[in-house]
Amino acid sequence: MTRSSSEPMLVLDGVGKNFLVDKKSIVAIDSIDLTLRKNEFVSVVGTSGCGKSTLLNIVGGLEEATSGEVRINGVPVTGPGRDRGFVFQSYSLFEWMTVEGNIRFALEKSNHTKAEKSELVAHFVKVVGLAGFEKAFPRQLSGGMRQRVAIARALVYKPSILLMDEPFGALDAQTRGMMQELLLQVWEDHKVTVMFVTHDVDEAIFLADRVIVLASRPGRLKRDIQIDLPRPRAFDIVTRPEFAEYKRQILSDIREETLKVMAMEQP
Amino acid sequence: MTSATSLYTRLARLFRLRKDIHPTLFTLSGLFVPLVLLAAWWGATAFGLVKPLFLPSPGDVIAEGWRQLTEGILFTDAKISTYRILIGWLVATVVAVPVGVLMGNFRIIEGALEPLISTIRYMPVVALIPLSILWAGIGDLQKVLILFLGTFFQQALMIMDNVKNIDANLIRAGQTLGFSNQEILRRIILPAAMPGIWDTFRITIGWTWTYLVVAELVAASDGLGRRIMDAQRYLATDTILFGTLLIGLLGLITDYCFKKTGQVLFRWNKAGR
Repeated sequence: MTRSSSEPMLVLDGVGKNFLVDKKSIVAIDSIDLTLRKNEFVSVVGTSGCGKSTLLNIVGGLEEATSGEVRINGVPVTGPGRDRGFVFQSYSLFEWMTVEGNIRFALEKSNHTKAEKSELVAHFVKVVGLAGFEKAFPRQLSGGMRQRVAIARALVYKPSILLMDEPFGALDAQTRGMMQELLLQVWEDHKVTVMFVTHDVDEAIFLADRVIVLASRPGRLKRDIQIDLPRPRAFDIVTRPEFAEYKRQILSDIREETLKVMAMEQP
Repeated sequence: MTSATSLYTRLARLFRLRKDIHPTLFTLSGLFVPLVLLAAWWGATAFGLVKPLFLPSPGDVIAEGWRQLTEGILFTDAKISTYRILIGWLVATVVAVPVGVLMGNFRIIEGALEPLISTIRYMPVVALIPLSILWAGIGDLQKVLILFLGTFFQQALMIMDNVKNIDANLIRAGQTLGFSNQEILRRIILPAAMPGIWDTFRITIGWTWTYLVVAELVAASDGLGRRIMDAQRYLATDTILFGTLLIGLLGLITDYCFKKTGQVLFRWNKAGR
């Protein structure tokens, strides 16, 4: 059913994170165990502040875990690395570089020849549908197009894991739908393991092989749901009864967590 | 009746909150205020409302300007003052850019320098003139030192802010792409902060211009500021007024040059959509 193999690619082993707030240690994430198989697409959802972005940052090596460890192909993560590509909600493009320049910049630490780099850049420009905009600067592009550049930049150096932090959160509904289909297309063609953080439950189910629901305060694994919807998926899959059932389950989990948080915030 | 209403509605259209007006009207409004002031100035002097000693007429000021121009004083003054300003500002900038960039990126350096710089920032530069003479003599070095002191501390703090204001995810993107700290500083943080830093350049060179008179207050024999201080002795108010207006004009030209250069340098920064 899914395209992922049984090989473990990314392992989170008791990952925890504490923050210091007003000199008090707050547990943001409490010992999460999670395994992503090679080429698996996993969405992570939860209430705001449940630590899903922090978790992604830890996997990306951008933040340090307080306890536990993250392993990629058995090797512990000690910092950011080119085995992982990162896509941020804020696009975070290098605005003084053209579309082409942004993607090429990601290849600077690769051992490709100049010609190979040009070929890769041209290929990924086409993959994300930006042919004709190679020489444009990010400021001249719409939000959806900017995020296409960011995806191309994160994929061009062939990382084995793609980490996405609410990448389509700032886009309008129509553009978001198109970007989701584009992402699935790219994922089918380029074989990469994806960890996708979102607060949009439809998006999480539509894209993923598995949806992880995080509990809040502290962030914990609440539910791990296998999404058995056929691939390739088209936009109308959201009308299927199975889809609705997944959605009902996840929404009720998140609702439970939201109510719990609201109760904690009562004076 | 109808024309009165339409005049009213037309005027009302100019005072809608945050709405654009015709660009020509925008430019004209910028000329309107100085022209009104000029007319008031001319009127006050022409009708003898104030004594020329307190306020010379526009004609007198223009005549004074013409005198300085024909006698060649104007260019020598402007040249030496511009030279001092450029050197003072450049030295301040050359030090402030690395200091500001390091403060903006490393908390330890911010912690070490910020309290000191913030304190010195509030010290009056004029009060440092005696010390500056003692340390740097009475030559150009002393003038440059005063201009440096008037510019550097504010500039370093502003550049620190410029650097801090860039999207932190740009740095993270650089890290995920495998760049070293030094590469990220040079190739991501600096270019990302450059439009902001350029604005700081523009603002701070304006401040350097305002410190000119202070710098040439003592122990100077030439310069635009010196000319104004000398005129005080003879109550030559036309010279004072002309000198002040000229410094303002030169400041405006500097500002314009920086603005235009910035637009050319940072074309990518112009919003397209």
